[in-house]
Amino acid sequence: MQHTSATPIAWPESIEHGQSPSLAVWKFASCDGCQLSLLDCEDELMAVAGRVAISYFPEATTAMVDGPYDVSLVEGSITTEHDAARILDIRRQSRLLVTIGACATAGGIQALRNGRDVDGFTSIVYAHPEYITTLATSTPIADHVRVDLELRGCPIDRGQLLQTLAALLNRHALRLPTTSVCIECKARQTSCVMVAHGTPCLGPVTQAGCGALCPSFHRGCYGCFGPMESPNVPALRTQLGLLGLAGVDIDRLLNTFNTTAFAELEQTQIDERAPS
Amino acid sequence: MTHKTLNLHVPTLTRVEGEGAMHVTVEDGEVTDVKLEIYEPPRMFEAFLRGRGYAEPVDITARICGICPVAYQMSAAHAIESIAGVHPGGAIRELRRLLYCGEWIESHVLHMAFLHAPDFVGVDSGIEIAQLHPELMTEVLHLKKTGNRIMEVVGGRPIHPVNVRLGGFYRAPTRAELETLSPDLERAHAGALALLKWVATFDYPSIPNRLADNTEYVSLRHESEYPFNEGRMVSNLGLDLDVATFGEQIREYHVAHSTALHATLGGDNGTGRRYQTGPLARWMNSADLVPSSVRAVADELGVAEVETNPFRSILIRGLEVLWAIEEAQRIIATYRPPARPALEVPAVAGIGHGCTEAPRGTLYHRYEIDASGTITDAVIIPPTSQNQDAIETDLRDFVASHLDLDDHTLGHRCEQVIRNYDPCISCATHFLRFSIDRRD
Repeated sequence: MQHTSATPIAWPESIEHGQSPSLAVWKFASCDGCQLSLLDCEDELMAVAGRVAISYFPEATTAMVDGPYDVSLVEGSITTEHDAARILDIRRQSRLLVTIGACATAGGIQALRNGRDVDGFTSIVYAHPEYITTLATSTPIADHVRVDLELRGCPIDRGQLLQTLAALLNRHALRLPTTSVCIECKARQTSCVMVAHGTPCLGPVTQAGCGALCPSFHRGCYGCFGPMESPNVPALRTQLGLLGLAGVDIDRLLNTFNTTAFAELEQTQIDERAPS
Repeated sequence: MTHKTLNLHVPTLTRVEGEGAMHVTVEDGEVTDVKLEIYEPPRMFEAFLRGRGYAEPVDITARICGICPVAYQMSAAHAIESIAGVHPGGAIRELRRLLYCGEWIESHVLHMAFLHAPDFVGVDSGIEIAQLHPELMTEVLHLKKTGNRIMEVVGGRPIHPVNVRLGGFYRAPTRAELETLSPDLERAHAGALALLKWVATFDYPSIPNRLADNTEYVSLRHESEYPFNEGRMVSNLGLDLDVATFGEQIREYHVAHSTALHATLGGDNGTGRRYQTGPLARWMNSADLVPSSVRAVADELGVAEVETNPFRSILIRGLEVLWAIEEAQRIIATYRPPARPALEVPAVAGIGHGCTEAPRGTLYHRYEIDASGTITDAVIIPPTSQNQDAIETDLRDFVASHLDLDDHTLGHRCEQVIRNYDPCISCATHFLRFSIDRRD
């Protein structure tokens, strides 16, 4: 039995009154893929469109309705002063704010700038760095405002997005897995790629939700759903080293799509174990 | 009502991938300035790719765009494999083409039915079209889903597929897995025809005295196939270069109003040859390579071998969808899994170039790696950067010839002019807002 967290959510009252909840979709620094997941729900799209009022979703519709909104889906991370101000305004207009994907929940791959020389970065990409205004960091939405629910993944899982909307519309608790990808591998009877083939895999420390996709393609998990609840990162690092992975490769593997999330956890765990 | 001067503002350009703005200034009836502003926050992939491993761009650069991740995976893989002199052929090559078919189908149908068609129908969204034409849109959604299903079977998932690696794939799908797609492809073929025939009934605006008619239409051309991953870079004006030479000739220049870079061929700071990429260019350069079945549909719908009206690009996208379905069917019918799912690609110091055809145009990657396999330099030039000059030129010419329209209608039509190019602002960095100044 897979562990899940039942998230008690104060679903907007408008639903009880028989009204369609209003939905807004917002974009910050990101690739568009997580909001595209909504349009990729081809079988369910019209049913969803019939149950919610799509009030702000510029990628899909020119029609725009002013807030407040019952539910805001937020994609992307905060990388500019303007966006840091914009998310405060969106929070004020949103009864429920749900972040979708690794950028919004963990800063995304663009958080690889964090702790680095961003002015130097800008001059690598742009001929006129003075035209560019950007913050030194890419940060998750939760660093700026209260977030009611986070959907993980790079990209999010379409099924989890639909479950979330269904829970909203039917006003029931939402159950999302909090265990590791390993549990999903076992459930779908995929041989362990690490044990059977010696393939480095982040499955033991990564939150389930993708359906253990990579191992089903004989590939090690690369952690795009971010850390599970209480992962043991130092132990996995030891194991990856035993499989022949160099330190730099382990660092790269842990620092990609949820850039800082694994590193911060690992440091915390090392600190906790250090003799005081 | 005719304006000699104009001050118009449309705050958010909608139904494009990503976010941006547009500004037009008209003084005394003359369009004096046009800017396609892209102020999507910079994400700086080229900077943080430095110091990463040479096998990583396939996964990392996919994250530039959720709409066309396969294009990024393919351009990255081909650029880096070329350094080691590795050129996957046979079934691996076929599987890559099949994966790309999936992306073209999904991306083109999304753009045609959800982003572009509402302009022609006069509604706000594809969802409203579904309410007007439920039977057609049921088939269109199935068609789009079929594109996604191809990417799921070959790549694991439609957005940021997990199965692509340097040299090929982590696991080659079985024949049986591919054959599960056949019934969907059959239905999708009929769906694509229905969508095309509907689209062909639209009234297409035109741009009188369009300067961009004289621009160069650039795309890959392969000796025997409609282009995806391989070929030479050619144009209607006689350009014929290998990918590496083409890459060395692209000059990007940076303007104050955009976090995306513009591109020209040769020349510095925008003085080089202006060109555009995308469906019109591919069709112009390779229409002779589509099967007679697709050609017959083009003839029936009155699509010529050379089409320059950007409003008619939706028709070419439809023909490319039809072609991609037939190509997918051909690949599946003849598929034998490769002996090994991937070729070894060793780390070799050098510079590699890759150009592949993203749905919206040519996507160029260049990598420099050292002998340890660490990336020391990366350059990525998405199609929207290459098309930005053509978009601005079209906007200028369109506004100049439609100053009699009221501001609301003109603003709306200008958005449509931009959508003709299916710009991916997420790629080019991303966010469009429209404003226009009419001054005395």
